[in-house]
Amino acid sequence: MKQLGDIAGVFAYLSLLTVGGGMAAFPELKTLTVDTYHWVTFPEMLHFYSLGQLAPGPNMMMVVSIGAVVAGLPGAAVALIAFFLPTGILTWAIGRIWTRLATWRWRPAIQTGLGSVSVGLVLAGAIIMGRGAVTGVLWAAIAIVVFVLLLKTKINPAYPIVASGLVGVLAHWLL
Amino acid sequence: MSETSSSADPVSGPRPSLGRIFWVFLVMGATSLGGGVVGYLRTGLVVRNNWLDDVTFVELLSISQTLPGLNATNMSILVGDRLRGAWGALLATLGMCLPGAMLMTAAAYAYDIGGDDPWSKAFLHGIAAGALGLIVVVMVQLGSRVLKGFADYVIVLATAAAVAFFHVQVPYALIAAGIVAIWWHRPREGKVDTKTPHTAQVGERHHE
Repeated sequence: MKQLGDIAGVFAYLSLLTVGGGMAAFPELKTLTVDTYHWVTFPEMLHFYSLGQLAPGPNMMMVVSIGAVVAGLPGAAVALIAFFLPTGILTWAIGRIWTRLATWRWRPAIQTGLGSVSVGLVLAGAIIMGRGAVTGVLWAAIAIVVFVLLLKTKINPAYPIVASGLVGVLAHWLL
Repeated sequence: MSETSSSADPVSGPRPSLGRIFWVFLVMGATSLGGGVVGYLRTGLVVRNNWLDDVTFVELLSISQTLPGLNATNMSILVGDRLRGAWGALLATLGMCLPGAMLMTAAAYAYDIGGDDPWSKAFLHGIAAGALGLIVVVMVQLGSRVLKGFADYVIVLATAAAVAFFHVQVPYALIAAGIVAIWWHRPREGKVDTKTPHTAQVGERHHE
């Protein structure tokens, strides 16, 4: 029970940090699940995060995997509810009063200001993720190729990401 | 039934049933492979079912992007609420989340069995490197939409450095940088700032 409570607390807290996307919560996700609670190692967390990018639906479903690793199916269910309920209620409530907020003079300031901060948080997340994912020249090259490909073409990201995995396997076989 | 729906403009045509809402979102939740869920949402909601027009879609997307929470679930909540009130919001979100949640639960069990195998480790490490490329693209797309001036870039770098290098906890960074950034863009007398960050083009592949 204590574990389920911890899972609920951690993921409810993380959900409130997802300003501008799930990646904004990545730094705290790493601190809490790896360093504080030792639920997963950093490579394990990276693996789940990356698999989560391939799964359909919201791109942070890896929280469910961590819940399942810690406490089985109940853990998965608690992680899911904790991660989506608090922000869900907030969005639902604000969505209803939005028409009144639309003409509020501070709204453009908040939208633009928080936009810059969220880009900064995503950058921080990418740097922290890079420390674990880019452990050599090959991995840096994979990341750069996928980046350029996704920026320049309209290809579904699932293909280059799965191809990256196959390159990893190939490298393991050859080296 | 409709008294529970939001004060927003009513959608045209008869309101879909709760079961229909759940089903449509379940299909989108199961098929939106590879991120870019926004494109799938537009196809499902605007094109196929005609539940929203493009103007409303973009407006709801702009709310979703401003508030905490993921775009996919925020959109499910806002659209579900418009169609069928709180129950619509709940069922739309459940439909959107269930397929991915079941897959990632299965992934956790599979990982427990095969995750230590060197071959799967090599595969997963490759995927992680590829996913990093995706994250940076998301950041560039988000940045091109919201960053307007030099001050915005300073905010980005200061926030990132504080969190990634000086280990400032995200909530503190969020609040401190948020206050500075909002104050910088504060409404000023005589100069109405109408520039809000524009929303992503609905047609483009959009990775958030």
